[in-house]
Amino acid sequence: MKYIIHQNRITRVPWAVLIFFVFSGFIFSPAPGLSEEPAGRLDFLLPAPDNTGHRQYLGLSTDKPFSLGQIKAQVVIVEIFSMYCPVCQREAENINAVFRLIQSRSGLKDKVKLIGIGAGNSAYEVDFFREKYGIEFPLFSDTDFSIHKKIGEVRTPHFFCLSLDGNNGFSVFYSGTEAIETPEAFLQTLLKDSGIKVTP
Amino acid sequence: MKSFLITVLGLAMLGFGIAGPCFCESTAFGNKIFDPGSLKPVDSVLKIKTGDAAPDFTLTSITGKELRLSSYIGRKNVMLSFIPAAWTPVCSDQWPGYNIAEDIFRRYDTLLIGISTDPLPTLFAWTRDMGGLWFEVVSDFWPHGAVSETYGVLRTNGTAERAIILIDKKGIIRFVHVGDINLRPDLGILVREMKKLNP
Repeated sequence: MKYIIHQNRITRVPWAVLIFFVFSGFIFSPAPGLSEEPAGRLDFLLPAPDNTGHRQYLGLSTDKPFSLGQIKAQVVIVEIFSMYCPVCQREAENINAVFRLIQSRSGLKDKVKLIGIGAGNSAYEVDFFREKYGIEFPLFSDTDFSIHKKIGEVRTPHFFCLSLDGNNGFSVFYSGTEAIETPEAFLQTLLKDSGIKVTP
Repeated sequence: MKSFLITVLGLAMLGFGIAGPCFCESTAFGNKIFDPGSLKPVDSVLKIKTGDAAPDFTLTSITGKELRLSSYIGRKNVMLSFIPAAWTPVCSDQWPGYNIAEDIFRRYDTLLIGISTDPLPTLFAWTRDMGGLWFEVVSDFWPHGAVSETYGVLRTNGTAERAIILIDKKGIIRFVHVGDINLRPDLGILVREMKKLNP
């Protein structure tokens, strides 16, 4: 009898190990690396902004959560920032200037949209950052780092530039942490790499 | 069945250790940040509570000033921000966040004091790399961690907890937050508490 109990323990422990490692793939999987398909890393939902102007800017017809591919644009720039990041603070004026450049060009403003996601920032912290730097484009909170983990725990500020296919799909043509040297140069490089045609 | 559950739970706990802390590192410090990995969330026992008179202390700041807590009684609310260590991931982005919130601290008549058990030269170099800070940063290095120990936020490895202590103008502790060392406290909570002192 003792032998049987002992044998059960021996056989149960490996099963426990197996079950743990099977499920750990879901729970503890490392952040996706850069070698993985970047578009998949950006497959997440964001809440529709409360601000009606921001909903209109993104071309959202409902107040339901949306994916990046649903944004009404040909190109979407996603800035991953943090209120606590000194470089994001310094770069805020530059990214604002990029937004103003886009909005000032009639052939561009409907084609290129810009959003920011505050990694690990609460809604309060995102609002504080928005007000501090007078940011006009939509910002979203990622309080629990869930998006930040999914996108590969990138350092901030980080920019993803997406090319949208019009059917809720997209591809990523830029992913990097380079500083914006000048807003005009950043925008021109982005437009060139995106391949979209811009009427002057 | 019991051994089965113990094994699964044990492995799960190990997994949490492996999974690492949740933080978002900025590019501000290049490759100079030391990552200690995921740490035990809290590793000390508080010796103060809300309603207590804040234990007085005198510590030297990175500007060379001797800073005595009791000298602010009757003049300012004081928020103590204990951080574990310079040149580590969460800490290196915590104070730069407060650095852009000076207006809020002024609005609520609150003096912010950053405290670490790091020595002064380390704190000096680190905060310089942040681009400078508007608030005082003091060293609790020697006698090592004495102030942190008095408040009950000294960890067993000689670093402090990630803790916030808010003291009103009468020198009474009004808010204590000792959170998970791997996470930053939400600025919104700190503002809410400062607001309570200045309705």
